[in-house]
Amino acid sequence: MRELTPAQRVAIARHPQRPNLTDYIGALFTDFFEQHGDRLSGEDGAVLGGVALYHGRPVTVIGTRKGRTAEENLRCNFGMPGPAGYRKALRLMKQAEKFHRPILTFIDTAGAYPGLEAEAWGQGEAIARNLYEMSRLTVPVISVITGEGNSGGALALGVANRVLMLENAVYAILSPEGFASILWKDAQRSREACELMKLTAPDLLELGIIDGIIPEVEGGAHLAPRAVLKETDRCVRSHLAELLRQSGPALAEGRYQKFRRMGGGVQKEEA
Amino acid sequence: MNSVFAKRRSRLLAMKALRDSYAAGERSFTCPHCGEDSDRRQVAQALYVCPKCGFHLPLGAYCRLSTILDPGSFRELNGRRTAGDPLRFPGYREKLAAARRKTGLQEAVVTAAGTIDGRRCVVGVMDSRFLMGSMSAAVGEKITLAIEYAARNKLPLILFAASGGARMQEGILSLMQMAKTSGALARFSQKGLLYISVLTDPTTGGVTASFASLGDIILAEPGALIGFAGPRVIQQTIGETLPEGFQRAEYQDRHGFVDAVVPRGELRETLSRLLRLHERGGRS
Repeated sequence: MRELTPAQRVAIARHPQRPNLTDYIGALFTDFFEQHGDRLSGEDGAVLGGVALYHGRPVTVIGTRKGRTAEENLRCNFGMPGPAGYRKALRLMKQAEKFHRPILTFIDTAGAYPGLEAEAWGQGEAIARNLYEMSRLTVPVISVITGEGNSGGALALGVANRVLMLENAVYAILSPEGFASILWKDAQRSREACELMKLTAPDLLELGIIDGIIPEVEGGAHLAPRAVLKETDRCVRSHLAELLRQSGPALAEGRYQKFRRMGGGVQKEEA
Repeated sequence: MNSVFAKRRSRLLAMKALRDSYAAGERSFTCPHCGEDSDRRQVAQALYVCPKCGFHLPLGAYCRLSTILDPGSFRELNGRRTAGDPLRFPGYREKLAAARRKTGLQEAVVTAAGTIDGRRCVVGVMDSRFLMGSMSAAVGEKITLAIEYAARNKLPLILFAASGGARMQEGILSLMQMAKTSGALARFSQKGLLYISVLTDPTTGGVTASFASLGDIILAEPGALIGFAGPRVIQQTIGETLPEGFQRAEYQDRHGFVDAVVPRGELRETLSRLLRLHERGGRS
């Protein structure tokens, strides 16, 4: 297959016809029951979650939701969650732990929503709390980055035992536009940012940030959605089978250690 | 013997703190907030709070430590740990070298063990002069090591946040420090130990969305900017002017995200009191 440039992958990851959360839920799960609300402040349509059967096993499914039409996108805020979305996700994750259900998250977001209300309700605290609580969940957690995974807004659903990425998905600290804007005060230089950010699946596998790549057809998942949904299922299923052999404490420990190792140097502690 | 070392440590911290202080040598000091001139010694005595308007000036990490810890108790942890260049980002090494020269710091955080009114604790202080206090992998690692050191020794932990957020040049590895530090705090908390987070100007981005927001007790300095998204980004997104005082410490207090806004002059006493109030928790 022809090598795509990072900027081309970003374009594919954002393609409006790319399979979205609703497609994944329809293809991988049966009996999906959607759950609303964070029980604190409201319901955030940018995060979709609930219980479903995965190959006959009850699981909790959570993901960010992007719409295809303007109307859909208004309802889900273009897939950019606020604190209520992250707190709903956390509520569902704690519930999954209570009922010993594995958690599968699907991430496709431009990032947490930068708005007045979101700040007033504690966007930072909501994300931090998810990172904190996810680190010690005693059930298997698998995250799939299906489109773009940007910033803490993506990571807040991504502290998983296994992090998988679609071949043309991207995962980064920030959108390339935001990155260029912060670093060079020029959002127009996003293509250059793409090249430097190491945001593609092969780069992130090499850096040890992700655990597996789900192949897409040449040109991107939107050209053959069924094939990529099937590949995702195959990949998630095999990782889940491995995780289900581990005890609850071992799952929490394994997940913690995985992130603990990231960015640790070789220098020894002095004290 | 011990007292000899304590004296040397005390002198070392005093020297490093002096290096952090504003325009040493000049007699008069102009407040960047109100524009009024004050006597430099008077400003220093007020812990770099403007005597005219109460504006809290940014404080260097060593200077902050010298205002918090008992003299002679300071012992730096992992002081030689510095940033690598994990993404081989063009120009990053030069930027780091310049930041080190300018600040005399190795990284955007200094971590130390010490005492406050005789009570042992671990203190980490971020320094916004070092690449905006951004979170590199080394910053995340030093903070995590400090958390683990406190957990191992059953000590309370105090972290002063001052950060513009992620270190862009370390990309995704910077992002992962959020998960790493938050996870380490979850383990620390399970041991029944106290973590006090102090938010200073500015606390934004990935630092707000990780360890800074996870304190058992969260204090903030007056006027500090505290938020996840920066005001400029929010303004661009919503296309309206932001209300006066938005995302300031007092705003966060009103919205329930900090326990108390504490003026710098009362901070040491407040921390001491909180350590005293929690003394039995971690030990039993």
